[in-house]
Formats: sequence, structure tokens, C-alpha cells
Amino acid sequence: MAFDLKGILTPFAALSQGTKPPHTVKYPAEQKETAHRYRGMHHNDLEECIGCGTCSTICQNGAIDMIHIDGYETNNGDSGLRPRVDNGRCCWCALCVDVCPTGSLNLTSDYIYVTEDPDSFLWTPGVDNAKDGKEKLSWQSSEGKRLLDYERVPMKELEGTERVKSFAEVVLGYTEDEARKEADRCIACGICTDICPVHMHIPEYINAIARGEDDDAVRIIYDNNPLGEMCGKVCTRRCETTCAINHKGDPVAIRWLKEYVTARVKNADVIKEILNPDIAEPNGHSVGIIGAGPSGLTAAYYLALKGFDVTIYESKAHAGGMIMYGIPKYRLPLDSIDKQVDYMLSIGVKIKYNTKVGTDITFNELKEKHEAIMIGIGFEVPYPIGLTGEDAKGSIQAVNFLYNINSGINVDIGDKVAVIGGGNVAIDAARVSKRMGAEVTILYRRRVEDMPADWEEIEGAEHENVIIHPQAIPLEVISDENGKVTGVKYANAEMIADDKGGRPRPKIIEGDEHILPLTTLIGAIGQEADYSFIPDDIKEQIEISRGRIVVDENQATALPWLFATGDIANRQADAISAIADGYRAVKSIEKLLLKK
Amino acid sequence: MREKETTLYLGPQHPGITGNMMVKLKVAGDTIVKAETHVGYLHRAFEKLMENRTWTQCFPIVCRICVPEPDPNEENLARAIEEIEGREVPERAKYIRVMVLELARLASYQLWMGGQSGSMGLYTMPQWTVGDRDYILDLFEELTGGRIYHMYIWAGGVRRDLPDGLKGRVLNVLKYLENRLPDYDKLMFQNAMFRKRAEGVGIIPKEKAIEWGVVGSPLRGCGIKHDVRIDEPYEVYDKLEFEVPTHEGNDIWSRAMVRRQEIEQSISIIRQVLDKMPEGEYYNKIPNPLNWTIPAGDAFVKTESVRGEFGYYVVSDGSDKPRRVHVRGPAYVHGVTVLEEILKGANISDVSFIMNSLGTCPPEIER
Ligand SMILES: Cc1cc2nc3c(=O)[nH]c(=O)nc-3n(C[C@H](O)[C@H](O)[C@H](O)COP(=O)(O)OP(=O)(O)OC[C@H]3O[C@@H](n4cnc5c(N)ncnc54)[C@H](O)[C@@H]3O)c2cc1C
Ligand code: SF4
Ligand code: SF4
Repeated sequence: MAFDLKGILTPFAALSQGTKPPHTVKYPAEQKETAHRYRGMHHNDLEECIGCGTCSTICQNGAIDMIHIDGYETNNGDSGLRPRVDNGRCCWCALCVDVCPTGSLNLTSDYIYVTEDPDSFLWTPGVDNAKDGKEKLSWQSSEGKRLLDYERVPMKELEGTERVKSFAEVVLGYTEDEARKEADRCIACGICTDICPVHMHIPEYINAIARGEDDDAVRIIYDNNPLGEMCGKVCTRRCETTCAINHKGDPVAIRWLKEYVTARVKNADVIKEILNPDIAEPNGHSVGIIGAGPSGLTAAYYLALKGFDVTIYESKAHAGGMIMYGIPKYRLPLDSIDKQVDYMLSIGVKIKYNTKVGTDITFNELKEKHEAIMIGIGFEVPYPIGLTGEDAKGSIQAVNFLYNINSGINVDIGDKVAVIGGGNVAIDAARVSKRMGAEVTILYRRRVEDMPADWEEIEGAEHENVIIHPQAIPLEVISDENGKVTGVKYANAEMIADDKGGRPRPKIIEGDEHILPLTTLIGAIGQEADYSFIPDDIKEQIEISRGRIVVDENQATALPWLFATGDIANRQADAISAIADGYRAVKSIEKLLLKK
Repeated sequence: MREKETTLYLGPQHPGITGNMMVKLKVAGDTIVKAETHVGYLHRAFEKLMENRTWTQCFPIVCRICVPEPDPNEENLARAIEEIEGREVPERAKYIRVMVLELARLASYQLWMGGQSGSMGLYTMPQWTVGDRDYILDLFEELTGGRIYHMYIWAGGVRRDLPDGLKGRVLNVLKYLENRLPDYDKLMFQNAMFRKRAEGVGIIPKEKAIEWGVVGSPLRGCGIKHDVRIDEPYEVYDKLEFEVPTHEGNDIWSRAMVRRQEIEQSISIIRQVLDKMPEGEYYNKIPNPLNWTIPAGDAFVKTESVRGEFGYYVVSDGSDKPRRVHVRGPAYVHGVTVLEEILKGANISDVSFIMNSLGTCPPEIER
């Protein structure tokens, strides 16, 4: 290469740069402003966080442990645990942030952290952040598309106008593809299992559905619930209200998934084939159960599996209790109930139908026959509405009405029906009346949002053109000279705030009274149990408080051989609580008789 | 008289590379008789780790395979998965990806200029280019939340859309870098000392280049036109216009000339991308990342990384984790086999200089 004078001189042009300001900031006097989505140290809103642990699951560095921190306890929908990040492992990828279903976890703009204490690299976001609370949230899950799917696969239903023409099932059920897709939304955090009264293995069976292992899912469901299909159709599904996804999106359709996977099993034989149950040899102990409602059936099923000789005494001609005679068939068809009960019979459960304890057989006779007795008779006796003129012809009670309809007995309700009440029973009575061609109004004391009925049921009723008249207080039943109902007098009410912080109370607006012309008035304000079959000396030894038999956490009464379950023992008064009671009673009975 | 041979150990810390790697040199006088590369300082078993990570969990891992230019790793993994799964990628996301890849190329070339100059003692250059590179990292920080590791390109698209006003700021940085090119030229490329050190040094014989598996600017510096972006275009490279510079000479100087021209090409590519980028979705969401399975199958995809053709072979057995991810990077060839070959006969003082010209990247070699 020739001598290159230019090449030697030009580099000195660099000297001109000496006068330019530096690129750098003068730390610590100056600090670098981080970008709007900078990925710095974690922050967790401890109140929003539910301890689902999904952040910990997704972290590919194993940087997150779920730990207990003071002030946060396990309760419904919250594991009580909170994430702790090992900043020695974290790579600030923020997968944990993008997956956090509640959005509580975010990254801040803080990036300088100097310490000599290696243990302080274990950092609990929300606890260990600067105490001035001035951290700036930076990378936030709310900004991008979340990693999780927040939209539920919609459930197809019969059109409202179509529905009222018959008692055909309203909910059409997921197809296989829909079920897989919906099941795939579950993050398997298990927050829901805590609130489920029987603690069903929800993430496990949903995961099995997502993987396409439907039979596995059925086996998992039967592990602690022998009425999975019924629950799939009508469960009150508290699990869904606590579902982690519910915080920012639609909860996973836990109930419909259970429905999908159980309803696709054709009959009792196929259930048996799938479960291939391991039935223990007879153990020589005998148990009597009063009432074939969900709690009685559940206890009987698991007792029979364990080799007990179980007999259910049921006053009606069919098993199921209120799920058979209360819940209308458009929500829970008869063949579904039969399938589930037939399978129980096939593994050795015995049911004596049309056998009312106290009438057809005495309680003491039962006690002679069996070493342990479980009562699961439910609440069958309706409360009167408490109105003058209530005993008129055409003034009936919802549970009796539903019993008749579900038993195939015709009831003439005419063309104008009013239902008094705001719970599920009231809605069922109203929707059944609608299917019988009547124009139906629900009169409810408080606001619609105060109605104890399931919102989906309320919506269902609305789609079927049931008129809901809230803040309406019935005053008197009007009847004609033949003693036949012709109307109900009611007053409109305004809501008065409660000084003590309770829910607002309705107060009648003076003079705002009206008469609603009627052919039938249906009362649906609650029921109670009929304990008349229990001998007085037994009654004296157990405690009955506010209409319910008092039991311990294992369903045991004060008498060691006597157990109580279902509506008569729990205040939730729904099918899944009854099932949970039955399941727990099995454990106690086993302990009592097998000394296990 | 034959000079006595001695053994020298260069590294594992030295200015020729990003990362740590040692070269054991047999020298006679100051001439190298034999060179033996010793790696093992940066082996993190990423390929194996991924076999125990869900597909989503692999994304934050792969960027670490190459520190100066992590993005082709993300893009390759994403595209391989998309190919096996048949997942569509929104057009906008493809443009964003190309912008990211080209910004990464620019940032990498800044480091290379710094390293190439630094390894011959011209320390002003790294001061400049590391500072200028920070303007690109600022853009990355804005777009992806991270300066070095972006964890931004993933299967289905990219993780976040462009923040408001980013396009304008990208254009500003491009303008700034373009205006800096004459400064770089004066200090480095037109510098007689650089030319003297680079010309005729680190020769890869043209007839051996293909046989040895040389790719990227070292290959183009042998006058052979090869660039994955043109030969097998991916993302939206087929919709963009750019040159593939080559240079005859087979030496460090030719490689430098190629790279210098590529900087201008990248700037032009990014401008076209910003101009043509459509509105719309930036991410075709994957299913629940905790359950996400990829149908059984395999894919080999490649990008033109700053060091050359860079490939990923990904195999799925249908489960939620990869069965195998194999990373085929150019640094293994350039930094191990070719290096050992072309160091023979070189001067000791040129070792780091030569390594730099090959884009030797130990974290990529070892993975
Ligand atoms: C209209 C209506 C709708 C409902 N809808 C839902 C719903 O959607 N979801 C939900 O989870 N829950 C619902 N429930 C509540 C649910 O049905 C009950 O909580 C559940 O059935 C209670 O179960 P149990 O085991 O206590 O017995 P029950 O179901 O009440 O059954 C008790 C059984 O005992 C029998 N029996 C009573 N006395 C005697 C006796 N002396 N001798 C022999 N047998 C006797 C009865 O004939 C009956 O079969 C509804 C209830 C009603 C009334
Ligand atoms: S994912 Fe979110 S809600 Fe769940 S534990 Fe972690 S921070 Fe809390
Ligand atoms: S930022 Fe990434 S590495 Fe850090 S804790 Fe979250 S998921 Fe783990």
C-alpha cells in the first residue's frame, strides 16, 4: 500500500467531537428517564392479587415462589399467598405480568437496586417496593393483549319464543370443539376448588377435557360427585364467581364443561364402563338414609362403593328430591336424572320408593334395622305468604305446583299468573307458568339486583317475557264470591337506605296501590322441613335451630349414630352443598362403623 | 535457524469478541503456527433447557443466545413454530419484525465498528459507537421494554404495538446515524492505519469459503453474493428494495467494506418498512400459554443475521414443549473452524483483530 497522507490526517477530524456534549447522564445527580413500557422491578397490588400462582407457573426461571405474608389469609377466591420474586433469577421478561389474570402484577420503572445482603434479592412485590408508594408502573398487562383468553365460548340456547312452547331443555350444550376451546382457557390455579363445597377437582377435569380425554374427566368428576351431570346443568357454581379469569373477563364455564363431558355419556351402563368402579366386599354394616335427594344419593353411592349395605327410604315415587320435583325439566330433563340414579342402583344402592318415614315405616323401626341413620329430607313445606285471603282457590305454592308439573299432574292456572318472591323457586314457577301459556308477573319486594335468584335465571325469565315487577309489596289476595282468586292488591315501594349500613329496605309509597288481575297466585317465599316423623325423645337429644338440625363439620348430630345432610343441615340450600354434606357424612359413618 | 515454538493463551477475556473464549496459540517468534480454540465459558445449555420449557417459556430464553443481536433468535423460533403450527402472522407484525431485525443489525454493526477498531487500539471509535448504539437501544426500550434483550417477537406476531410517535423517533435516529457515517469514515474506514492492518490480513481463500461454510459478510467479502434476505426472503423482505454489497479481497478490509455499505442498506430498509407498514393487528394470539401444544412436526428456518445465515431447527412431538431446538449459527463456523484455519501464519497482534472481523460470538457458539 502506498503512503496515504490523507488516511493519516483525516482521523484527526475526530478532535472536533471534543466540544460536543456527552451522551451519558451524570448519575446520581441526573437519572435516566425510562421508557413508558420499561421492564423494571415488579410491583404487585396485594389487594387485587388473589394468590393464584399463575405468575409462578409461567416463570421459566423459577424466579417466583408463592409465600404467606402478614395480613393476607386464605379465604374464598384468595389463596392468601403472594408472589415473591428472586431477583437473582428473574430476567424481567414480564411473562408473569402478561399472564396475571387479575392484572395486579406489573413492572415498574425502577431499575437500580444495590444491596450487600444476598437474601434481599428475594423481593416481595407490593411489600418491598419503596415505601413512599411512588413507584411508576411501567410494563403493564393492561397495555397489550393479555396472554389469557378472557372471552367465554358462548353457550347456544333455544330462542325465548321457542322455549315457552315446550319443556325442551333450554341449554343446548357445547359441541366437542367448543368444549375443548373453553376448557383451554383454564389456568389450573385451583382457586375455585376451595369454594366448591365438595372441592371437586375442577382444574384436573377441565384439563382432561382440554386434552381431549373426556373419559378421564368423567372419572375425575365421580371421585367426589356422583351427580356431575345434574351439577353440570343446574349447579349454583360458586366456583365460577371465584374463577381467576372472572377478575378481568368471563369466568371459565366450569358448569357447562361438566355438562358437556357427563351428558355425552349415553347411559348408566356406559358410566359404569368408564368408571369401572372398585366396589369393596360387603363389610356387614348397614346404613339407612331418609330421603333420596342429592345428599342422600351421594352418601348412598360412596357408602355402597365402600361395601356398606345402604337403603334409602324415599316418600316419593322417584329419586332426586328437589332436583326431580322442584327443578323444571327444561333445566334438568328426566332421562338425565334417571341415568345418574340407575348407575347408582347398578353398583348396589337400594332405594325404597313410596316409603315415607313416619307414615309407612317408623323412625324407630329404621333404627332397629340400621347401625347408622342419615336424614336428608330437605325443605318441602312452603311458608305461607302471610296475606289475607291467601287460602282462596287458585292461590297455590310454588313447590307444590312444581311437584305436580314434574310428576305429570295437570294444574289449571288460567292465563294470568303472579308469583310472589325473588329466588330461584319463584323464577322456576314463573317460567313454568309461561310454558303453560299464561301471562306471568313476578312481584318482588326489592330491586332486581337484590333478587337472590341466579342472574342467568333472571335473564332467562326476561327472554321468555316474564314481567318482573320489583319494589312491589303484596297486600291482599282478592277473590270472587266463589272463593276463586281474581287478583292481588300490591303497593309500590321506594328503597330506603339503611342507617346501620345494611342493604336498603323497601318502604311502601302511601296511596300507590294497585290491583293486578289474576287467575292464579303462586307463593314462593321459602320452605321449611317437616320433622314430625322424628320421635320426641330423639328430638330432645339433638338440637334444631332456626329450622335446621345442628351438625358438626362431619354432619354428625349430638347422637353418634345420627347424621343430617342437605337443606336441613346447611344454609346454602343448594344441590352441591347437599352433595358435599353427603360426601362428608360418608367419612363420618365410615369412621363410626369401621373405626377408621 | 528455526525459531523455538512457545505456547500462548489468549483470553478468555480479550478485545476480539463479545463474550469469553480462549485461543491457545503455538507461536514461533510472533507468527502463529497453530491455533486451538477453547470454548466452555458460556455454555448455558439453552437447547436442552428448552426441552423442559413450554413453548412460550422458550421465548425469553433464546434472546440470550446472542447478546449483541438477540432478535434473529426470537424471529427464528417464532417462525419455526408458526411454520409447524400453520399460524398466520398479521402483515403489520411482519413489518415490525423486519424493523426490529434491521435495528438490531444496525446496533450490532455499531458494536462491531467499536470492537474492530478497539482491537487495533483505536479506542475513540468504541466510545462513539457504544454511545450511538444507545440511541437504538432507546428505541428498543420504548418498543419492547428492554434495551438488550427484547423478548418481543413471539409466535403469532409481536408482543406490543408501536407506541405513539415511535415511527418519528426511529426516523430521527436513522437520520442521526446517517449523519454520523462521515465521522466514522474519517476515523475508521478512511484511516490509513486501519487499512494497513486490514488489507491482506485474515484471508479466507475464495475457493475455500463455500467448502468451509462461511456465510454473511465474510462470504460477501470474498465477492460471493449470498444473503438469506434475498435468496430465501422471509417476513416482508421480498417487498423491500435493497442491495447486497460484495467486495473482492477475502480479507478484513473487504469484510469491513461490505459491512460499511450494509449499514446504509439497513437504514434504507427501515425507512421503507416505516413507509409501507400497514395498520391492523400486531399479534395473532396463541391459545392459553400454559396448555399450548404444537402439532407434531419439524421446521428449519433461517434469517440473515449480522454474522450471516442463522438457522433454527425445531421439532415438536405434539406436546407443550419442544422435543428439540437446534440452533445453527454462523459463529461456530467462523469462530472455531475457520478461525483455527486462518490464524495459521498470522501475527499475534492480529488475532483479536481477525476474530472480530469474523463476528466471533462465543455465547452463540456455545448456546
Ligand atoms: C324449585 C327449586 C329449584 C331449585 N333449583 C336449584 C338449582 O338450580 N341449583 C341448585 O343447586 N339447587 C336448586 N334447588 C335446591 C336443591 O334442589 C336442594 O338444595 C337440594 O335438592 C337439597 O337436597 P337434599 O339432599 O337436602 O334433599 P331434597 O332434594 O330436598 O330431597 C329430600 C328428599 O327427601 C324425601 N323425604 C322428605 N321427607 C321424607 C320422609 N319423611 N320420608 C322419606 N322421604 C322423605 C323427599 O321426598 C325428597 O325426595 C332448587 C330447589 C327448588 C325447590
Ligand atoms: S398471577 Fe397475579 S393474581 Fe395470580 S398470584 Fe401472581 S400476581 Fe397474584
Ligand atoms: S419477569 Fe420473567 S423471569 Fe422475572 S419473575 Fe416474571 S416471568 Fe419470571
